[in-house]
Amino acid sequence: MTYETVIGVEVHAQLRTRSKMFCGCGTTFGLSANSQTCPVCLGLPGSLPVINRMAVEMAVRAGLALNCAITANNQFARKNYFYPDLPKGYQISQYESPICQHGWLEIVGLEGARRVRIRRAHLEEDAGKNIHETGGAGSRVDLNRAGTPLLEIVTEPDMRSADEVVSYLKGLRDILMYLDVCDGNMEEGSFRCEPNLSLRPTGQTEFGTKVELKNINSFKNVKDAIDYEIKRQTKVLNEGGKIHQETRLWNVERGETAVMRSKEEAHDYRYFPDPDLVPLKLEQTWIDGFRSSLPELPAVRMRRFVAMYGLPEYDAGVLTASRGMADYFESCVQQFNHPKTVSNWVMGELTRELNGAETAIEASPVNPERLVGLLQMVDQGTISLKTARDLFPELYRTGKTPEQLVQEKGLTQVSDEGALGKVIDEVLAKSPAQVAQFKEGKQQVLGFLVGQVMKASGGKANPGKVNELLKKQLST
Amino acid sequence: MSLHKLTLVELQKKFNAGEVTAAEIVRAYSHRISQVEPKVKAFVTHTQESASIQAESLDRKLKGWRKTLPLSGMPLAIKDNICTDGVLTTCSSRMLQNFVPPYDATVIAKLRAQDYVLLGKTNLDEFAMGSSTENSAVGPSRNPWNLQCVPGGSSGGSAAAVAAEECVAALGSDTGGSIRQPAAFCGVVGLKPTYGRVSRYGLVAFASSLDQIGPITRTVADAAFLLGAIAGHDPLDSTSIDRPVPDYRQSLQKRDLKTLRVGVPVEFFTEGINPEVEESVRSAIKELKRLGAEIKEIQLPRTDAAVAVYYVIATAEASSNLARFDGVKFGFRAKETKDLLELYMKTRQEGFGPEVKRRIMLGTYVLSAGYYDAYYGKAQAVRTLICQDFEAAFKEVDLIVTPTAPTPAFKLGEKSEDPLQMYLSDIFTISVNLAGLPAISIPCGFSNAGLPIGLQLIGRAFEEETVLRAAHAYEQSTLWHQKKPPIR
Amino acid sequence: MEITQQDVEKVAQLARLAVTPAEKDTFARQLSQILTHVDTLNRYETTGVEPTATVMGHVNVFRDDVMRPSLSSDNALANAPEREAEGFVVPKILEER
Repeated sequence: MTYETVIGVEVHAQLRTRSKMFCGCGTTFGLSANSQTCPVCLGLPGSLPVINRMAVEMAVRAGLALNCAITANNQFARKNYFYPDLPKGYQISQYESPICQHGWLEIVGLEGARRVRIRRAHLEEDAGKNIHETGGAGSRVDLNRAGTPLLEIVTEPDMRSADEVVSYLKGLRDILMYLDVCDGNMEEGSFRCEPNLSLRPTGQTEFGTKVELKNINSFKNVKDAIDYEIKRQTKVLNEGGKIHQETRLWNVERGETAVMRSKEEAHDYRYFPDPDLVPLKLEQTWIDGFRSSLPELPAVRMRRFVAMYGLPEYDAGVLTASRGMADYFESCVQQFNHPKTVSNWVMGELTRELNGAETAIEASPVNPERLVGLLQMVDQGTISLKTARDLFPELYRTGKTPEQLVQEKGLTQVSDEGALGKVIDEVLAKSPAQVAQFKEGKQQVLGFLVGQVMKASGGKANPGKVNELLKKQLST
Repeated sequence: MSLHKLTLVELQKKFNAGEVTAAEIVRAYSHRISQVEPKVKAFVTHTQESASIQAESLDRKLKGWRKTLPLSGMPLAIKDNICTDGVLTTCSSRMLQNFVPPYDATVIAKLRAQDYVLLGKTNLDEFAMGSSTENSAVGPSRNPWNLQCVPGGSSGGSAAAVAAEECVAALGSDTGGSIRQPAAFCGVVGLKPTYGRVSRYGLVAFASSLDQIGPITRTVADAAFLLGAIAGHDPLDSTSIDRPVPDYRQSLQKRDLKTLRVGVPVEFFTEGINPEVEESVRSAIKELKRLGAEIKEIQLPRTDAAVAVYYVIATAEASSNLARFDGVKFGFRAKETKDLLELYMKTRQEGFGPEVKRRIMLGTYVLSAGYYDAYYGKAQAVRTLICQDFEAAFKEVDLIVTPTAPTPAFKLGEKSEDPLQMYLSDIFTISVNLAGLPAISIPCGFSNAGLPIGLQLIGRAFEEETVLRAAHAYEQSTLWHQKKPPIR
Repeated sequence: MEITQQDVEKVAQLARLAVTPAEKDTFARQLSQILTHVDTLNRYETTGVEPTATVMGHVNVFRDDVMRPSLSSDNALANAPEREAEGFVVPKILEER
């Protein structure tokens, strides 16, 4: 029997506000436990929440970028359950009126581009963290993260493979990062995804039993966990077994999913409108203001890069994957109109150095002006392409301007006919056999001679000029 | 004349004039408390020692420079569900027996900024759930007029402390009558402001959409004075309203009540009302008429739904508000529990008293899957109807007058076995909270047994001035507020 | 509305409230009585009536995205029944949410 895989995804994206969703505590990751808390996010008796305006704005911008309808009448609700990392015994969330609904995101699917429908995206507060130490008698609770604003983004079950899920998640993450509403850091948990997955016999319309996957903190894990789960479920079904509705945790070390231990009781969250918060009424004009100020999103920008700069799709895709890189590229091209050359350098040398130093492109010591300076020197024949390539790591490390560096190292390319003529004469004098071969019609010897001239000049000779002068000399 | 006999307005005047020091005031009250507190048991926590230190430093600060803030040196008692930084705040619950808040409620921050003096934290029904102060983990407070009787509740400690002259004035909180009913039972003035008039930040929530902090005082003028000090918008409370705070004492100036239309809702004078209460309230209405008010009969047809609506909404909110008491971050934790679930279950079983548990059970039930629409949804819709009744009535009248409670103070233990009967005794005060309106209870007579009877005046939202003006005019034309309980 | 002891058990579990057999009996009786009274609300027609969740009807109350000082972790933990190494301590958590 062949099966079709049906996957939906829930993403929890931490919004990049300075302060928490309902109080003035900071949202920094990795501080010492419980040092970023106050009466509100500790859930101390008597404390009250107040909505962070920026979190609402960010949710609206994300919703618009995801082609969602923005809900005019919002109400926050309490989701009631007991867990140590949930200080109030309820989470402030949205239930009946999510702030964003009915959107979509285009992905590259098995059969080309298609849309994944987004069912809803709602605002809520994050929980704290329970720290389970192996061996210890108890668990510890750190509430630093409690109250951080989250946008929970839920798709329809529209994906059919691990690759499609990865494509969706990458696209979503790119958008959120473009909008600067989420830092997208999967390891630190600011972009958390929980796929749910079921199989059904090919051709069947009703869904199979759904399994939720958790503990996935990289795109590789997403793919591995889903592929594993597809295999597991296929095996169970083929052996006549039944899939149980459950949550399974991805175990990276073992490369398998395992059932999560959870309470037997059915959840009954007793949602009701939070009486501590008044309704949120979003005016259409206010929403439209955000719509008109949305930045150009990655997919659109990629198509523009292809059309406007004549870049290959691959280049355009890589360059527009982050807003920083796309901005960097465009800034270079504005000053130096050779898009493909710039693309090669940004994707090659620059990316290599940035990755090595784990630096964001926005903080690159080689800014667009400097890269352009370097490329212009190549273009004008001041230095060779090879020199430029060799020089780049140093340019990156020292923070000097390319002009400075080239001058200091005496790397200025020799194009002067007089100077080059002298070197050529010397080389020809030492290579009578090759000269004779060339004159007999063996054109390929020219390459050898050019190499000899380059070597003799210490790499500083302009190879184009050398070529030209050699030919002239040999033809006389 | 002993200092403890003065009203807030009188004491403030004396202090401002430099005729008495803050330390002398604290000494006078400490003495008074030592005399009557063993009988009244109004306080959960005494802070007279820190009050003395505070008073002395205030006196030093003010030496030779008598420009004081309105509440400087004024000795107040605070209901123990209002958070006081560094001072135990127990809600009269075992659950919070050791809880010391690291922050001040906004009302406390406002009082502190004026150099008030905190004499102590007063007893209440656990988490403000009750009408008698009997549901307190530290035992009931007593009614200063008759120690066999309850002081009312849930702000029974505050009302008893004011009546017994253990403080010059107090703060209480009112969710379904918890300021007005004990004020009525203890023969003092209790004002529940409009919902949103006073910040709830730092008030340990019972029912968030109904709770409101307000003054309990000896006179209407004192209530106006204290309300002015605590009212106002608070950016920390989303439900507080951004509206200027009028000068409430100024509003008392106009003594006659001409052009004031006062409504008497027929539904409030039916069966169940004690004849002595009815008689006193009817006389009070005549007095209002004599003062110039136009008396009109009005209808509030959904009054009989109020108790049911209230007990669904208040308990639903409470069941969620009280979920944070789980033995993890603060408060009581049960000993020797084998796992997390047992820690929760036993902590809450041992930490909460029976009435709190009953309300958590009821509230959890009405929100649970399958019952939400039938109970919570229904109650919210009927709440809308009750609000509409008031809106309609306030098109015809400016003020509504009713009894505060159907009976005078009852005996300790008399009703504690029957929760529904206890709930029904809140009938006259509850609908005011459901509609978020301001209302005051002022003394309007005594029963044959010598127990005080309260008159409730209800105003339009944010029209505390009208309420206070009428209450003040009535008070000044009667002598009830001058009668003192026999305790000494 | 008749509340059974099973109902009480279920609700007590949801509310994380251990109840004794005697309490089960009392709660079942008292909740039945109170809910029977609440059932009288059905006399009122509420089709099309908007529910009242907050009474003053104002909307859009925000705070600006500005940081305010947090408590020190010592202050945050001061009321903890059990603490160690800047954390609140609970019995070992075996089950996920």
